[in-house]
Amino acid sequence: MTATVPEAAKRVRPTDEHNLVDVDGLKVYFPIRAGIFKTIQGTVKAVDDVTFEVRKGETLGLVGESGCGKSTTGRAVIRLREPTEGTVSFDGVDLGTLNSDKLRRMRRRMQIIFQDPYSSLDPRMTVGSIIAEPIETHHLAKGAAKRERVAELLKMVGLDPKYVSRYPHEFSGGQRQRIGVARALAVEPEFIVCDEPISALDVSIQAQVLNLLTDLRDRLGLTYLFIAHDLSVVKHISDRVAVMYLGKIVELGPPEILYYGPGHPYTRALLSAVPVPDPQAERKRRRVILKGDVPSPVNPPSGCRFHTRCWLYERLGQPENCRTEDPPLRVLSGDHRAACHYAEEALKTDVGIAHLDDTRVRRGTPDYAFKAATVDAAEQAARFEAPVAELIAEQLGGTTTAPAEDSKDSKDSKPAE
Amino acid sequence: MPEQLSVDGPTITELPSDPALRMTIEQAHRSPSKPAAGKLLDVRNLSTQFFTPDGVIRAVDDVSFELGHGETLGLVGESGCGKTVTALSLTRLVPDPPGKIVAGEVFFDGVDVLKLSTDAMRRLRGKEIGFIFQDPLTSLNPTLTIGFQIAESIRQHMGLSSKAANDRVVELLSKVGIPRARDRLGDYPFQFSGGMRQRVMIAIALACDPKLILADEPTTALDVTIQAQILELISTLSDEFRTAVLLITHDLGIAAGMCDRVNVMYGGRIVETGMVDQLFETPQMPYTWGLLDSLPRLDDTREGRLRTIEGMPPLLIDPADACRFNPRCLYVRDICREKEPMLTPRKGEGHDARCWGTEPDGWIK
Repeated sequence: MTATVPEAAKRVRPTDEHNLVDVDGLKVYFPIRAGIFKTIQGTVKAVDDVTFEVRKGETLGLVGESGCGKSTTGRAVIRLREPTEGTVSFDGVDLGTLNSDKLRRMRRRMQIIFQDPYSSLDPRMTVGSIIAEPIETHHLAKGAAKRERVAELLKMVGLDPKYVSRYPHEFSGGQRQRIGVARALAVEPEFIVCDEPISALDVSIQAQVLNLLTDLRDRLGLTYLFIAHDLSVVKHISDRVAVMYLGKIVELGPPEILYYGPGHPYTRALLSAVPVPDPQAERKRRRVILKGDVPSPVNPPSGCRFHTRCWLYERLGQPENCRTEDPPLRVLSGDHRAACHYAEEALKTDVGIAHLDDTRVRRGTPDYAFKAATVDAAEQAARFEAPVAELIAEQLGGTTTAPAEDSKDSKDSKPAE
Repeated sequence: MPEQLSVDGPTITELPSDPALRMTIEQAHRSPSKPAAGKLLDVRNLSTQFFTPDGVIRAVDDVSFELGHGETLGLVGESGCGKTVTALSLTRLVPDPPGKIVAGEVFFDGVDVLKLSTDAMRRLRGKEIGFIFQDPLTSLNPTLTIGFQIAESIRQHMGLSSKAANDRVVELLSKVGIPRARDRLGDYPFQFSGGMRQRVMIAIALACDPKLILADEPTTALDVTIQAQILELISTLSDEFRTAVLLITHDLGIAAGMCDRVNVMYGGRIVETGMVDQLFETPQMPYTWGLLDSLPRLDDTREGRLRTIEGMPPLLIDPADACRFNPRCLYVRDICREKEPMLTPRKGEGHDARCWGTEPDGWIK
């Protein structure tokens, strides 16, 4: 069964059919070495034969549980990880055929934002030099022009440019993630892999960074590969969503199809597991609780990799081809693809989507409240934030150790050696 | 303000609009006498502070709440709001120094645990109060077998022989859904997956039939499908044994599905409390609105930007006498910066909020 898709959820998507990224038969295997001679004892099939495309101007969400290979896929796409097999083409050029020099030039067009804002910024570099580094590497600007560009980037992500000579530890997690975004934008990329960019942040800060990413996408015409484990987040930001399980893409399609009528039993199980902040909807739900854990990618199950935990497999009386034949990712309708022999059967059920039918979606702020607002939300959002360290110092009544207004007269954004 | 009260319903008709008067009512409500009858846990005016070189951090500031037998109460808020420190204070596990419980009473089953001797406290922990922590990998000892770790508290608190204790361990492990439990007694934590380890933690928490389980972000480290398994397990077991659960979580979705009542914490204070339906249907505090607004939702049809709460949570060093949320609030008025609101009743039994604007005579309506 397919829940009715609300009109508001049908959105206009980039119609440009030109693919910016083409991934064909991508495999990434990691050898397991053990014993004193470090002989290869087995292989972790982190990504196993994955094919998809990222269209120019779209945001493709890549969602799955830990260990499903989504991050490895993201890294292999921009060639931070050498694929074991398969090709990745960017704008029609096979990245595997490029020498290191050409690859570096190509990398200017594709960037990555990492998950952990605490470990992805060098603690010994100032914010200015962190953002200036890619500009220098790609010889984009020098001297005053470079400093101006850094200031512009900081403004773009909502940080006050006067804090260029501060160090990452002086900023909060959300602010650091903004610095990571500014660094990625420094080389004016067309394509950004966002690898769980908001998973380490608090709810209210998550929304801020998510808004920043959507704003930048719309303003700069960026293409995103957005990797996350949170289905609600992926649904919010993506034009199409790919669901991964144990190294394979099991379903791919526009979010309204995937969330209102998914064809793969795993997608349905995932949907039913996500908590919804509405007690009434929660009481109405019938969860499919999957048995056991995700199997090891060293010895994935034969046939369909999901059959060991699949509720549909049990319901259909354990059909043999689920155990013996690996289902290909096939087209169900239009833009909707799923890798399940019995996707049509899954579509007949209401598993995982029952609660979506006729729930009144209640928001936090009641409508009457807005009239009482005394502060303009947009104005508040546009305010630059001071680093946390500064706030603490301010509160303690002392002055900060580093001068705040040094961006104008500093010779360079590099820290003094 | 009688003209508004007629709209607002009978529960607040008696409520004086003068804040000073309301304060005395609130104080009377909490007057230090006997613990609330029939309540398992009665926390009154609990304050826990951390003494750091930068100053005194008021991590938990004058927090009061009750928890009935078999009830599930959620403590919801962002990092640093004081929810974990509240739970640690209840069992006196706050690291001292730098932390210290500076004021308050915590009645557990009628006894003030803050006045108990260290020995009596130790007998309470693990026996009457079980714990489930966020990260099962670091909260289990990697060098001891699973069987030993579960049996430890049983031997300690129930005085069973090692054979009887072992039988109990097997029973517990099968209860939490670990297959072939008897064969796995000799296994070490690293041989278990994350979800399995959390099941072991739940078995330890349940080992001595506790009356209360403190679950601090029990599923934050787990994947959604495993999270669904663990949450289901916690709610069936707490129903079965009529165990009360204090569930600490940052995930409003989990709170909506699991809790009977929810306390929202911000800046060391409870800023809103109510039955789960009240809180999600008619929240009465701009912070709660903001939290709900900033969540992307599966059942959402909205496009574009999320409404957010701009700015950052407050530092809890010497907070001024002002609403702690005021720098981030869209509805702020002078009074919010001059005087901190009390936690006062709203429409509906047991629904309280700490906000000048949503008070009966406030400006948000």
